[in-house]
Amino acid sequence: MNPAYYLFLAAMLFTVGTVGVLVRRNAIVVFMCVELMLNAVNLTLVTFSRINGRLDGQVLAFFVMVVAAAEVVVGLAIIVSIFRTRRSASVDDASLLKW
Amino acid sequence: MDVLAQASTQTTTVEAVIFWVLAPVALGSAIAMVFARSAVHAALLLVLDFFCLAVFYAVQDAPFLAAVQVIVYTGAIMILFLFVLMLIGVDAHESLRETLRGHRIASLVVGLGLAGVLIGAIGRATLDAGALGLEEANSGGNVLGIAKHLFGEAGRNQDSYFLAFELTSALLITAAIGAMVLTHVENKKVPSQREQVIARFKGTHPTPLSGPGVYAETHAEQEPALLPGGEPLPGSAQPRVTGGDE
Repeated sequence: MNPAYYLFLAAMLFTVGTVGVLVRRNAIVVFMCVELMLNAVNLTLVTFSRINGRLDGQVLAFFVMVVAAAEVVVGLAIIVSIFRTRRSASVDDASLLKW
Repeated sequence: MDVLAQASTQTTTVEAVIFWVLAPVALGSAIAMVFARSAVHAALLLVLDFFCLAVFYAVQDAPFLAAVQVIVYTGAIMILFLFVLMLIGVDAHESLRETLRGHRIASLVVGLGLAGVLIGAIGRATLDAGALGLEEANSGGNVLGIAKHLFGEAGRNQDSYFLAFELTSALLITAAIGAMVLTHVENKKVPSQREQVIARFKGTHPTPLSGPGVYAETHAEQEPALLPGGEPLPGSAQPRVTGGDE
């Protein structure tokens, strides 16, 4: 088995996450799809780390996880405060910035 | 080095079995997550997906990341997601009506195109590239290797990720404070009856005002009550009712 198969799997997971972000309207599910994309990239980084025999990829994946944690905290806080004012978690309703 | 590289280019049969069992599970749960009707089902399917990824990390000589994946992602982040889901209402089903015509078809086309581009690029670039393997880098243990990369070794820490690591700590603190600021609600205290009485006697009208429309020609809410002299009683009419948002 070739380690590049992991890269194919990660590419497909990333694509599924992209389609989810484009299709879904519930803001939380959109957010979960973004998490799926981040995890697909993490799998790519770990696989590259193994292919290249260096640990830098794993360190980068670690940083991605830290930043994803921070992003989830702020993003969910934004979703909660939007829900509190607009009583909706649909991304279609929050169109204030539309020109 | 060459011998080592040759040896580790071949993955073991166990790993192949694990991959071919868990890769369909990972991909299937991801697809099912996108198409799950309920957001809670989507979150649980994503947890399954993250577990599969943790196994992949463990198989690929990254035990530290596998543990962090389980603890941080499935343990903390997904629980946070479920918590917020429960907070803002699980039964908030999203409407299936398309607001943009052809939106879903276009999204699927974009997804297929992206998959084609990515898989084609990966296939051209890496299919015949073997893996060097991490035996050498992990010789002192995976956690020790990552720590050496993060904090640098004694005497030569200029090529470490130490500055980035410190910046992530600042990022985490900023995110925590930002979340608190975003979700903070000023707790308005309801005045007690005694406080209301004291405030009323300190004001201009200890007694209730006449209702709107008293002695006037109409009882409408916006008509002020009339004093015996015929002049309107200030404060007796409702402020103009405006159509607010809520």
